[in-house]
Amino acid sequence: MLAEDGVLLREGLAGLLDRFGFSVVAAVGDAEALVDAVTGHEPDLLLTDIRMPPGLTDDGLRAAVGLRRANPALAVVALSQYVERGYAAELIDSGDGERVGYLLKDRVVDVEDFVATLRRVVAGGTVVDPEVVRQLLNHRRDPLARLSPREREVLALVAEGHSNAAIARTLVVSEAAVGKHVGNILAKLDLPPTEDTNRRVLAVLAYLRGSGAA
Amino acid sequence: MAHRRFLLGAWPWRSLGHLLGTALILLAMVPPVSLLCLPWAAEVSRLLSPFPLTFGTAVVWTAVGGVSLALGLPLLAVPLARLERRRLRLVDRRPVEDGRQRLSTSDLRTRFRVRYTESATWREVGYLLLLVVLGPLLCLVAGLVVLTPTMLLSSPFLVRAGEPPIAAVFTTVTTRGQALGCATLGLLLVPVSAYLLALLAGAHAAVARVLLHGGQEPLRAELVEVTRSRARLVDAFEAERRRIERDLHDGAQERLVSLTLRLGMARLDLPRDTPAYQNVSAAHDQAKQLMAELRELVRGIHPRVLTDRGLPAALGELADRCPVPVSVRADLPERMPAPVEATAYFVVSEALANVAKHSGADSVSITARREGGLLTVEVHDDGTGGADPDRGTGLTGLADRVAVIDGRMFLSSPAGGPTLLRVELPCDQNVRSA
Repeated sequence: MLAEDGVLLREGLAGLLDRFGFSVVAAVGDAEALVDAVTGHEPDLLLTDIRMPPGLTDDGLRAAVGLRRANPALAVVALSQYVERGYAAELIDSGDGERVGYLLKDRVVDVEDFVATLRRVVAGGTVVDPEVVRQLLNHRRDPLARLSPREREVLALVAEGHSNAAIARTLVVSEAAVGKHVGNILAKLDLPPTEDTNRRVLAVLAYLRGSGAA
Repeated sequence: MAHRRFLLGAWPWRSLGHLLGTALILLAMVPPVSLLCLPWAAEVSRLLSPFPLTFGTAVVWTAVGGVSLALGLPLLAVPLARLERRRLRLVDRRPVEDGRQRLSTSDLRTRFRVRYTESATWREVGYLLLLVVLGPLLCLVAGLVVLTPTMLLSSPFLVRAGEPPIAAVFTTVTTRGQALGCATLGLLLVPVSAYLLALLAGAHAAVARVLLHGGQEPLRAELVEVTRSRARLVDAFEAERRRIERDLHDGAQERLVSLTLRLGMARLDLPRDTPAYQNVSAAHDQAKQLMAELRELVRGIHPRVLTDRGLPAALGELADRCPVPVSVRADLPERMPAPVEATAYFVVSEALANVAKHSGADSVSITARREGGLLTVEVHDDGTGGADPDRGTGLTGLADRVAVIDGRMFLSSPAGGPTLLRVELPCDQNVRSA
């Protein structure tokens, strides 16, 4: 299920999803049609632009949040033109915080990563754009200042919903090393240690958000 | 006048010429002014007569007199003033401007409306009245000043032995000896007269300049107009920025993302070791780079987050992007007029850029709050201070931007810090456009 008001991009995304074995049950161009289509087709995943007609502000997000309140099992990935932590927060707070993703629109062009992200969300993951994490890290001082640069990198990947194994592959280190980093991070942030990727993401995000400014 | 060659120069003659001209103008002006005063004069004479007017008639006469003066005096005063400004050059070298608005229309009604409401017109009427009242006195004194030495000097030629004595100002002359004495006195009085003439003409010119010179007024009117046009320009400029941002966002950016997406997909289908793969790969990378550049560009033109989410969110985003830790407290439940939001945003943006570049600060706090019709934004950093608006154009540019929407900017940045930048922006649009 796909909602995007730019025709070219909508077709491009539809092609991409087809190519990777998703079946696009509906592709719509405004928030009202989005709600109707989701209600009619009951898709596994909703991929939507945040800025959509008719209001051209955050209509797509509003619709998605509403749909998720009604049905927390609906996986939603929202695409945003710019980083707005408020958007990410609203999305994660709708439902139980699982099966949601908040990505910058530009990420779709890294086709394989993007599709992998979609799959993670459908599988129950939580994904937040690395830029959001970067800004949150940028924003805060203590106790994040105590994190080493490597730990910050790992934290960003954790927030993106990667498993230890995936993080190890990305950073080209051993999985055990990643585990140690994650343990250190959680300890420094006074978060309960957990192996569950999702709960980890949520805990980290909640921490960053709760103590962040604005 | 203090010049030592004053007496030999043209100034005494110029003064004399000016005073003679004044006398002639006075003669020309007294009859029409008297005519305009006629209703009131008649009324006063009736009121003093044994048969006073009834109250109603008196009111009518008063009104008729007032209207005839109000309408008639400017008709006399305006051409008189034009003439007097030219004549003033005779004794006053400084330029003299009429303080009038320039009218490009030939529409008589407009012209009359403007002329009758201009303060320049009524100052000229004041000049006319002053001239009619004090002019005779001036001419009398000037006449005495000229005639006294003239008569004294001419007495030797007028006196004849055996004829009746002639009057020479304050004495009578009967003999040649007396006449010569008078002539000597007259000769001595000539320079005194010359100075007195110049003094009289100068005094007249000074009064005329005060009432007829209006260089300030058009300047002030133009300043108001310039201020308004600047505000209009900035509004138009702001609207244009938004339009460009929207066009780029909905057009170029959208297409570019879709193009890059397709390149990314095309790459997937190509065998990795072919030249086609290399080319598509490179194209994909370049397109991604272009996307990032375009996004930055659009953000600089007009931030989308400001349009969509308002000032607090936009300030939060600015804070996030700043390398120095920033805390934001924006207590703004309502959206503000777009120019106010944009100005506040750019002030904070520029301030944060300065903080990052120059201050060496460890932390910055931004507060934004609305009190009544005033939005107050403060950017406070704990850096080294010493920010100087005279160095570089950044702060001056900010002050300009703030001034356009009638806001004020305050900067406190002692050497050693801390630095506080405060802007106050009126955000009641009705007040602004009034």
